[in-house]
Formats: sequence, C-alpha cells, structure tokens
Amino acid sequence: MSMQHVVFIILSAIALIGALGVVLNRRLFRSALFLVLSFVGVAGFYILLEVELLAMIQLLVYVGAIAILIIFAIMLSRQAMVADDKVLNEQWILGGLAAVVLCATLVYVLVQVNWPVVEVTVPANSIQRLGESLVDPNGFVLPFEVASVLLLVALVGAVIIAREK
Amino acid sequence: MQVPLSWYLVVAAALFCIGLYGVLSRRNAIGILMGVELMLNAVNVNLIAFWRYVEAVRATMAGQVFAIIVITVAAAEAAVGLALIIAIYRNRHTVDVTEADQLKL
Repeated sequence: MSMQHVVFIILSAIALIGALGVVLNRRLFRSALFLVLSFVGVAGFYILLEVELLAMIQLLVYVGAIAILIIFAIMLSRQAMVADDKVLNEQWILGGLAAVVLCATLVYVLVQVNWPVVEVTVPANSIQRLGESLVDPNGFVLPFEVASVLLLVALVGAVIIAREK
Repeated sequence: MQVPLSWYLVVAAALFCIGLYGVLSRRNAIGILMGVELMLNAVNVNLIAFWRYVEAVRATMAGQVFAIIVITVAAAEAAVGLALIIAIYRNRHTVDVTEADQLKL
C-alpha cells in the first residue's frame, strides 16, 4: 500500500459517504450539504489523477455554482415539504433493488475486464494542450462552440421559465 | 505505485448507483436533481480515469474535453431543472413529482 492508495481510500470514503448522505437523508438541506462533500471528494480524485484544472473546475462549477443553486431552490420551495413528510415514493424498494443489481453487475464486469492500461506520466504542459485543442479546428472547436450556445440557451430558458407571470 | 484503474471504475460505479437510487426513490424534485448530479459526477470520474490510464499515452485530450463538456451540460441542466421546479412550485405549491402528473393518462 503506497501513499496514493491510502489517499484514494480516504477520498472514496468521502465521496461515497457524501453520496449516501444525499440519498438517505430525510432533510433536503442536509442532503445538499452532503452533496457538497461528495463533490469535494470527486475533486480530490481529479487531483490524484493529476488533472488539477478539472479539480479546479469541479470546485468552481459544482461546489461554487450548482450546489449553491440547489440550496437556493431548496430555500425557495421550503414550505412545500416539511422534514417529517414522506420523502420516498412507493417504488423505492424496486429502485433500490435496481441500483444494487446494477452496481453488482458493473463491479463484476469492471473487475473482470483486462484494461489496456499504460503507465505514463502526465506531460507538464497538459493544461496548455487542453486549451489549444479546445480552439483547434482539427480538435474540439465545434463542441466548444456548441457548449457556449447551450449555456446561452439554458440561461435564457431558465430566466423565462422561472420568471413571475 | 499507482492506484489501479479498476478501483476508480468501481468507486464511480458505486457513486452512479447511489445517484440512481436517489433518482428512483425520491419524491422531491430537487432530491431527484441531486441524484442526477451524483450520476454525472460518477461519469466524469470514469472519463478522467480512462483518459489518465489509457488515453494519456497518445497525447490527445478527448477525455478531458469530454469531461468539461459534461460539466457544462450538468450546469445547464441544473439551471433549467431548478427553474422548472420553481415554476411548478409557484403554480401548484408542491415540489413532489408524484403530484405533478397532469401529462399522465
């Protein structure tokens, strides 16, 4: 067991405990806080995988924006569901069964497959290369532009949908 | 000594299934949205792990770009989804998805 393994186990504990807290907690606000914990654990995975930029984006977008947005929505719809309401629908047993079966199948398959792993070190200029490939006509300029249009459409759509009539 | 790729895949699979359970079992629409965010996160961990262990040797950036696009889509989805929930709450004073069933036969 190297240091990386220990860090990985701690990070997966953070991410999975956070995720379990999200789905099992009866209070939605606490679920949102556990969601932040899970996001931070995933950001730790990115650092362990040596993609620091993604870890930064994860913290900015998920923790900084999406989690705050979710907490805002919980605050705005607060009176709708009080804490001791029924939080689960009637198909939760089936849903849990489906999730457990899917998880078992996935783990079984993932452990069996022999992945073509190659040991390489991440090049030092990978962030620069990422930026260049995002605006490279032979690279990913089209998805990049489509993503910007998508964000604009989502912005306008969200404003129009949530606007007071 | 690096962490094996399959560890990441297994943790991501577990994260995905926890999110799936949240989506399938919650009444509250915001709870469902949080489950979807967990699932998208699990997918991103997979994408980055595969990039790091399989693709990085070819010096291309497809895995990272894909992950960034997924984060973009997740942000757009969260904004529109929460706007829809706020709109439903304003009109019907509920965020319970089992009560928002006007389109059902």
